[in-house]
Amino acid sequence: MTLLLIVLLPLIGSLVPLASARFKRTTIAWLVAILPAIALGVAAYHTTSVFAGNIPTVSLPWVPSLSLDLAFRLDGLSLLFVYLVLGIGLLIILYARYYLSENDSIVRFYGFLMLFMTAMLGIVTSDNLLLLWFFWELTSLSSFLLIGYWSGLSSARKGARMALTVTGAGGLCLLAGILLIGNVVGSFDLTTVLESRDLIQSSPYYMAILLLVLLGAFTKSAQFPFQFWLPHAMAAPTPVSAYLHSATMVKAGVFLLARFYPVLSGTDEWFYIVTLVGLTTLLYGAFFALIKQDLKGVLAFSTISHLGLITLLFGFNTELAAVAAVFHIINHATFKASLFMAAGIVDHECGTRDIRKLNGLWRYMPYTTVLAAVASASMAGVPLLNGFLSKEMFLAQSLDAQMLGGLSWIIPALATLGSILSVAYSLRFIHDVFFNGEPKDLPKTPHEPPRYMRLPIEVLILICVLVGILPAILIEPILTAATAAVVPGEPPQIHLSLWHGFNLPLMMSGIALMGGLMVYIARDHIYRFHRQFKTLNARDSFENMVQKLVKVCQWSIDRFENGSLQRYMFWLLLTAVGFAASGLFQVPRLAGDKVVQPVDSVLIIGGVILCLAAIGTIMTHRKRLISLLFLSVVGMLVSLTFARFSAPDLALTQLAVEVVTIILLMLALFFLPQKTPKESTGGRVLRDLLLAGTFGGVIASLNYAVITRPVDSISRFFIENSVPGGGGHNIVNVILVDFRGFDTLGEITVLGIAGVAIYKLLNRLRLFMPSSDLEGRPWSPERFPVILYSVSQTLLPLALLVSAFIFLRGHNLPGGGFIAGLVAAVAIILIYMARGVEWSQRRLSFNYQPIAVTGVAIAALTGLGSWIFNAPFLTSSFGHFEIPVIGDIELATALLFDLGVYLTVIGATLMILANLGKVTTSHRPTKEKQ
Amino acid sequence: MEALYATVTGVLTACGIYLTLRGRTFPVVVGLTLLSYAVNLFLFSMGGLASKSTTIVDSSFPYADPLPQALVLTAIVIGFAMTAFVVILAMRTRGDLGSDSVDGQRTDEPREERK
Repeated sequence: MTLLLIVLLPLIGSLVPLASARFKRTTIAWLVAILPAIALGVAAYHTTSVFAGNIPTVSLPWVPSLSLDLAFRLDGLSLLFVYLVLGIGLLIILYARYYLSENDSIVRFYGFLMLFMTAMLGIVTSDNLLLLWFFWELTSLSSFLLIGYWSGLSSARKGARMALTVTGAGGLCLLAGILLIGNVVGSFDLTTVLESRDLIQSSPYYMAILLLVLLGAFTKSAQFPFQFWLPHAMAAPTPVSAYLHSATMVKAGVFLLARFYPVLSGTDEWFYIVTLVGLTTLLYGAFFALIKQDLKGVLAFSTISHLGLITLLFGFNTELAAVAAVFHIINHATFKASLFMAAGIVDHECGTRDIRKLNGLWRYMPYTTVLAAVASASMAGVPLLNGFLSKEMFLAQSLDAQMLGGLSWIIPALATLGSILSVAYSLRFIHDVFFNGEPKDLPKTPHEPPRYMRLPIEVLILICVLVGILPAILIEPILTAATAAVVPGEPPQIHLSLWHGFNLPLMMSGIALMGGLMVYIARDHIYRFHRQFKTLNARDSFENMVQKLVKVCQWSIDRFENGSLQRYMFWLLLTAVGFAASGLFQVPRLAGDKVVQPVDSVLIIGGVILCLAAIGTIMTHRKRLISLLFLSVVGMLVSLTFARFSAPDLALTQLAVEVVTIILLMLALFFLPQKTPKESTGGRVLRDLLLAGTFGGVIASLNYAVITRPVDSISRFFIENSVPGGGGHNIVNVILVDFRGFDTLGEITVLGIAGVAIYKLLNRLRLFMPSSDLEGRPWSPERFPVILYSVSQTLLPLALLVSAFIFLRGHNLPGGGFIAGLVAAVAIILIYMARGVEWSQRRLSFNYQPIAVTGVAIAALTGLGSWIFNAPFLTSSFGHFEIPVIGDIELATALLFDLGVYLTVIGATLMILANLGKVTTSHRPTKEKQ
Repeated sequence: MEALYATVTGVLTACGIYLTLRGRTFPVVVGLTLLSYAVNLFLFSMGGLASKSTTIVDSSFPYADPLPQALVLTAIVIGFAMTAFVVILAMRTRGDLGSDSVDGQRTDEPREERK
């Protein structure tokens, strides 16, 4: 369980700076350091056990359904990285205390730093691939925060964004790779995966897995062609660069290579991809490290170069190369962290990082000069320092690489070239900055940094020297343990010693040192040569790319989302017809097995009229009134259709609704333009006609296909239970008010809401009202024709009586609340039309809103009533009652429910029409006024 | 008979769709009304086309499928409510924006016409 502490303590540690914000900066630094120090102690506690070959693990379930466990392991590789991350992390905490100025929030810095440390520790100790990926993404996010720490600087923001984009995208590739591995192996458990080498390598997905995992590693480790983000991450404060680009962030990529080395390596694919990328990166980084004029830029490119070297070593596919790679990870971390810190001191004390201005600093800071010189020498591979040892191993391994056949000599040749460049830029870092004349107009007068700012560098340099002199004692145990985790099977015998005798690698080292010196002396020629080329700023091209991407997105959005409802409608309908048609394609034959019913002349005439009226509606659609008249013909014939096909309830409803709809549309038309201007181009009309025709064709085919096939309807249930269950003979009505009463309740609620919404929409509506018709003839001053109003008044009681009759018989014969309500509403509307709103309003002195609301309430309460009898919502009951005079009558609670429907329909319909009618009256020229 | 019925539904649908694609509110409302007729006819026919049938229990005729009828009956009423809502919305749009274009942007009527 103590393993959990290694990750958990730094995580808690990220809250420490927040809690200690009120203390002095030094106190905060000490407090922040406590928890990582304890974590380091925990790692040390496990060290002997790990060296003995044990792998302590711990596993707690987290999201079992995703097979994501909080599983950690501490093998040799993890231990090595834990030491690096925590050890250098502690030094960085100390260093940052002096580096950051009073204006920088040290609390925020430490918070981000600790979060990042947690993420790194999580990556290196995860025993579950998904957990590893989780921490992997966490490093991307927290490094984003760290790189963009000086968020006021545009360069910091852009650099951070670029790092996040590249490493984040790589992270997604890694996730895909991990998911594939999980798919092949059947587990995300790292221990299981590491044992499934053959399974993965024989899988058809091996190539995909390899590419995806390598993409993750290469983006993180800034390998060519993804190296461009790293130099721009130098916008971060130097402690961040020292941490991220020596021991952690970029090392996560090579850690991944090491982690998956046992399962993915050993194939030709691995060799060619990894060595090629590594070699290219090695040379590319080394060359640009020589060119850059920015102190941190030099270090950034040298980091890229060294990461290339490590990648190249992993690519060699030999055990000793893997050992060398792991060894170089340690060495690079130590000398590069100290170099970054030295660069930070120079920057801090001189106020600039421009190498052209920085010269002869040894007079001002001799002590720092010595430290930086030793670190540079280690980077260059000078004997007696740790960098020399791993570089020797690297050169030796490059000689052993035989995969290129007869051209295999290219690899050691290029490796030597890389080493020459490495010596040259190391020399440049020391000679150009600390010697080589006098400083030129520095913003500050340089001096030695505070004592404790130097301490972290001293510690690291000490390690460099000691490892360089006594490798066998100091580094062999941990290197052996780490290698055991990387190289499958029996670990190779590692013998580190300073002196291997005169051999080829030593000669190559000698060439590198001499060549590097020569290249450095001839550097002006190289600068001149390089100046002929147009320099590409990666940040600018990246920003341009982002801008372009945004433009492309904007363009494609504009294509679809241009604000035109017509266009949306078109796409929507096109999609719909696509879906509908796709169903038809699967039907082998359009016509079904049902016997087709004969057609008679009445039907043909009706059908033809219906079609002609519909076509007439669109032909005349620009003369709106005529179009409306055609529409009413269509509605009438639809009503007749219902009647013809045995649906009297529908026919009655349709008839009543038709009347109300046409009155409504006529009223509305009064306020709208009488004509539609010709706007559509010929192409648009053709397009719409095509779509409409296709749509009609598809719907007709669908309809035909369905009605010519026998249906297995659930209606039998309703037919059988209508009388015993619902107490009514009219099945349609019983379904509405009983079986599907809940639906009906919902529907009348919608009706009521529509009425209320319309009432609100008409509120304070100001509209232009024409005083004449289309041809300019004024409206007739005779507003209320005598015949109409005499008839309407006579008709009203009769109509209401019919309405009541239809309502009452509805449960057993065609009729019911919907139809009765509509009939009553039509009768009242007739009064409005005949006598005008004012006259009617005086006599019908009640609002319609409460009627509609009452209707919904009655229906709902009827439903609730059944709860009193411990029955489910809307259970109906009925009984027969003997009423004097009338005789035996059947009363059902469903009738009460239907009353609710009835009232809602009347209320809502009149609310809509009467309110619309009111709008007309206010300003209209009338006879009375004249 | 089935073919005729399906054809009529198709023609109504096509006409409705065409009008729905117009650029002014009123034709769109008319189109929606046509479309709702088509939809109602379509749904109604899902139970098959029954001549000389009934949905009344204990009558001497065979049964027609009552379920699509019940569904369509409420659909007709709801359809009316929606048509009403849309047409009033169109009026309101014209009142507020001075245009009856569906996109509510083209003001092609002189402003003094509006009160």
